[in-house]
Amino acid sequence: MNKTDVLIIGAGPTGLFCAHQLGIIGLQCEIVDNLDKAGGQCIELYPDKPIYDIPAVPECTGEELTNNLLQQINPFNIKFHLNERVEELKKVENRWHVKTSGNKEFDVAAIIIAGGVGSFEPRKFPVKECEKFEGSSLFYSIKDKTIFKDKTISIFGGGDSALDWAIELSNTSKVNLIHRRDGFSGAESSVQKVKELNEQGKLNLYTKYQMDSVSGDNQISTVKIKHDEGEIKELQSDYVLGFFGLIMQLGPILNWGLNINKKTVEVNTENFETNVNGIFAIGDICSYPGKLKLILSGFHEGALAARGCFKYARPDEKLRFEFTTTSKAAQERLGVKK
Amino acid sequence: MTKITYHTHDSKTHTIDVENGLTVMEGAVQNDIPGIDADCGGGMACATCHVYVKEDWLDKLPTKEDGEEDMLDMAYEPKQNSRLSCQLIVSDELDGLEVTIPEKQA
Repeated sequence: MNKTDVLIIGAGPTGLFCAHQLGIIGLQCEIVDNLDKAGGQCIELYPDKPIYDIPAVPECTGEELTNNLLQQINPFNIKFHLNERVEELKKVENRWHVKTSGNKEFDVAAIIIAGGVGSFEPRKFPVKECEKFEGSSLFYSIKDKTIFKDKTISIFGGGDSALDWAIELSNTSKVNLIHRRDGFSGAESSVQKVKELNEQGKLNLYTKYQMDSVSGDNQISTVKIKHDEGEIKELQSDYVLGFFGLIMQLGPILNWGLNINKKTVEVNTENFETNVNGIFAIGDICSYPGKLKLILSGFHEGALAARGCFKYARPDEKLRFEFTTTSKAAQERLGVKK
Repeated sequence: MTKITYHTHDSKTHTIDVENGLTVMEGAVQNDIPGIDADCGGGMACATCHVYVKEDWLDKLPTKEDGEEDMLDMAYEPKQNSRLSCQLIVSDELDGLEVTIPEKQA
């Protein structure tokens, strides 16, 4: 059991800055995120794209913003739990017991949900029968590539993941790469490589096709693909891989008794607490009259939610408002050396 | 005001007056038309405002930017008449536009 003052769900910019605000007022926190790295949408959706509306930062990329926030919270030695999704919350006397998908457990005084638009999950095939094979002969990510050796693999998608795996697996497997159009969103060099491999007969490229159906007993044996014009092709396949990027799902948050409105959590604007005492929501996931889905709003919401947590974490103490410029305590927490 | 018609998956038809300058996505969200999630808020960073445009409108719409086609790769059952509704800005030229909202967005 990890015991700390506050658990932050979501390591996007809002969650990271909120950790800073908790640190400044002397509260401990740990952060859980479903992705394998910090940064949230900034890192997953637009690491290289510029952002122009962070106060006092005329221009930065999603990656730069994330790195700067990580540097800013570095003094607090915050523990991250990545690749973990929060599944269950339980109130135990005045505290919350939290359990994640990887069975990590936390005992905390308050919870701050900074979950953006939910957790990122792989986007799946629309074809219903795919579920039956998922995890055995149909995958949305690769954990062990050795299982594909000398097998026939049908890969769907046109981004970097699809192209990179098609190229790599074509060395040891028979690869079909299927994509819905002639253009690809992956790197141009990979696109050229795939086209070369196709001409050399080391890979079969099918464009303007999408999955029509999959069939097999326990394992997939055949995939049918359908051309834009309606023609259907049958491909013998041992494995099917789909790389269609990630989608965002609210997931277990729906089960925590919170007031949810259009995939967002209702909060008050005094301290961003939800209808459940001790659970706060900040950033894109929260809603209130006038809500703007901007990073700068998330920072403000995090500052207030952090202070809102204080009464749960230190019920016998009073929080005094201080500036970092002049507060000795805050500077000590930041490790400022005079 | 421009009339936009949304066909939703429950076989209902909603014809809405949408203010010029808003997007087809915003027209749906602001009028509680079901089936448009618009998770990223109109930034062409997701594919959850995906619609099918009525065929005879395809050539009359502004052409797709590169990023839109890339995002449509990620959409649920994309077709040749797929567009991201956040990229369709409502103007007089779009009066009478009809779009169909897919069964789901993800």
